[in-house]
Amino acid sequence: MHIDRYERWWIYLAAGLLGVFGIALAFSSAVLGIRLPGIEEQFLPTAAAGDYDVEQGWVRELAPGRYEVNMRARVWSFEPNEIRVPVGSTVTFYVHSDDVIHGMKIQNTTVSMMVLPGEVARATYTFTEPGEYLFMCHEYCGAGHHFMSGRVIVEAL
Amino acid sequence: MTMGAQASIARGDGTAQELYRPPETERRLSLAFITVGFAHLAVGILLGLLQGLQHAGIDLYAYVPFVRHYYQGLAMHGVFNVLVFTTFFIGGFLFFVAGYGFRRPLVTSGLAWTTFWLMTAGLLLVDWALLTNQASVLYTSYAPLQAHPAYYLGLVLVVVGTWLQLVILLRTFFAWRRENPGKRTPLIAFGALVTLIMWTMASAGIAVQFVGFLLPWSLGWMQGIDPLLSRTLFWFTGHPIVYFWLLPAYISWYFMLPRQVGGRLFSESLARLAFLLFIPLSLPVGFHHQYLDPGVSEGYKAIHAFLTFAVFMPSAMTAFTVLASIETGGRARGGQGRLGWLLRLPWRDPSVAAQLLAMVLFAFGGISGLINASFTVNLVVHNTLFVPGHFHLTVGTASALTFMGIVYWLVPYLSGRRLFSPRMGVWQAWLWFVGMTIMSRGMSWAGVLGAPRRTALGTAPYFAAEWTVPTWLTAIGGAVLTISGLLFFINLIGTLTASPRAEKLEVPVVESAPDGQDPVPGWLDRFAPWVTATAVLVLISYGPTLYRLFGEMSLTIPGLRPY
Ligand code: HEM
Ligand SMILES: [Cu+2]
Ligand SMILES: [Cu+2]
Repeated sequence: MHIDRYERWWIYLAAGLLGVFGIALAFSSAVLGIRLPGIEEQFLPTAAAGDYDVEQGWVRELAPGRYEVNMRARVWSFEPNEIRVPVGSTVTFYVHSDDVIHGMKIQNTTVSMMVLPGEVARATYTFTEPGEYLFMCHEYCGAGHHFMSGRVIVEAL
Repeated sequence: MTMGAQASIARGDGTAQELYRPPETERRLSLAFITVGFAHLAVGILLGLLQGLQHAGIDLYAYVPFVRHYYQGLAMHGVFNVLVFTTFFIGGFLFFVAGYGFRRPLVTSGLAWTTFWLMTAGLLLVDWALLTNQASVLYTSYAPLQAHPAYYLGLVLVVVGTWLQLVILLRTFFAWRRENPGKRTPLIAFGALVTLIMWTMASAGIAVQFVGFLLPWSLGWMQGIDPLLSRTLFWFTGHPIVYFWLLPAYISWYFMLPRQVGGRLFSESLARLAFLLFIPLSLPVGFHHQYLDPGVSEGYKAIHAFLTFAVFMPSAMTAFTVLASIETGGRARGGQGRLGWLLRLPWRDPSVAAQLLAMVLFAFGGISGLINASFTVNLVVHNTLFVPGHFHLTVGTASALTFMGIVYWLVPYLSGRRLFSPRMGVWQAWLWFVGMTIMSRGMSWAGVLGAPRRTALGTAPYFAAEWTVPTWLTAIGGAVLTISGLLFFINLIGTLTASPRAEKLEVPVVESAPDGQDPVPGWLDRFAPWVTATAVLVLISYGPTLYRLFGEMSLTIPGLRPY
């Protein structure tokens, strides 16, 4: 099969670029620790035992600066929909759905996940800047989908 | 056997070329498919405009009697534009290029008409369910959102129609092979076969999802459904479907457009290779739509990310071969210098202008697609308006504008009437290009700023001030696009009803290279090895996850209609 010289270079160039992108992504995941949800994310919150009901929404301080949020999504609200933590806190969100598929995205963070009934989605983020972080449902869940939101208020010390 | 008229005319280059004209019933068949498809696009575009305006705070839904709310409109926009318009146009186009490529009647045109009526019957069910707000689940049909059973049944019938189309094309192919032993498959027919072979394998996912789960569940025969399994089956088909929309455009770009600009196909071998690579590489990539799903392992997501990069390669090859082929045309027309040939291309031909402009925007669509596919970067753009910003460049332009460009010669050919107004066609193509550039820019910008997709943003209480300018761009771009769409439909209807009869019309098709010049190896004209490779890749990339999901399947989640 005959391949033109320029076309050969073009193919090498495209493959090489994709290789570089691939390495950058591997770096972001392995070294920077930006993770996607996986199977192991189906765990329940550690605080689920005892007085905390996983069906409900709640916020709990595990240790100074370490928080766990159990979030309940349903048409068309989040529970809790206002979360207050001090700046510098590391928060792990466990989100489940009572009805249809929802999403949960916190603006200006790496927290973004699909919330499927029957699964628990998990994401962890450290809030290093004080301020108000909007979160919203970003999967269509019915006629009131655009009302489904809340905020994380990160308080300055 | 009814044969089309055969004639011999002298071509510009002095060689005699045998002209083939498909039988009238086949011409009417293709026209019927194309008309149904574009009629749905017309409604879809109108709803697109409403969406764009809504994002900018201009909510007109109260004035449209057949749409109750934003999401009913969005469901129709998605289903009509990417499921109905595409599938029906492609149905008509592939029947045409297969028959024309093989230069023989389809086996059989009776079965082909049955296919048309089956698909149309299914479509009427879908239309009814959507119009009565009983199927506002959006085109992804994510369970446990539930639609009326007629909606699922209708979509199944449409898909069964596409399988029948493959049966007809294969039978025609075998008949042609008996009559033409030892010949290479004609290029356009080859492209049609690749498209439908790939699609038929890809559609296994939604076939199981719809027939095995959604339909019985919506009928109440099944208590509940497994949302993750259902979604995974959807995306098994949901990514390769984009190549089902794209490959027909590639058939035109590789095998027809070079002829329209007076050039030749730069490399037949690489063209065939690119097409064949799409068979195995289109399928094992669906998890790139599920990066953020809990319950699918990170490792398999990474494998799909890698394979998604791999399926970028045949498109990269396409960029080179198609551009080089068009360059041969520009140079043959006297174009000089590095870029001077571009100006010499027949830009006044609306079919050429539309397709060239579609390619320009497709380059950006490809790049934004790489961003979406990029594993961790996806966290930033997932389900934001960045995603529609991407696919309005791909399916919404690379496919849709190319299909319009094809219509500019194909509908005159099929109907025997001259194009109503070529000038209007050129304007239409440029307006689409400008409108889409603006709208897509607005959407991607809003998306990077975190604005969610599939959301009635104009009435969302959390609408952020920084989204104002981008959503206005979306609205303005959408308005320009709507004007473009209007010009297109005036031209189409004018051609069909008010245009004078045309004399001899040509179907633009490039020649296969003579054997001595660019020998095409035999493995580039066989399908079986590529189908086998697909099965192996799918088994590796999907096997373990599907095995586990079916094993853990719990049909417990009830359906809901919160719309
Ligand atoms: C006049 C031209 C068009 C306009 C103004 C327009 C506008 C829009 C807007 C604003 C959205 C985003 C809605 C949202 O996410 O909330 C959207 C979504 C969409 N558009 Fe278009 N569009 C146009 C043409 C097309 C074409 C030609 C196609 C494909 C052939 C297309 C396919 C889609 C699809 C598949 C969606 C996503 C639907 C969903 O998320 O369920 N659009 N369109
Ligand atoms: Cu929602
Ligand atoms: Cu995809």
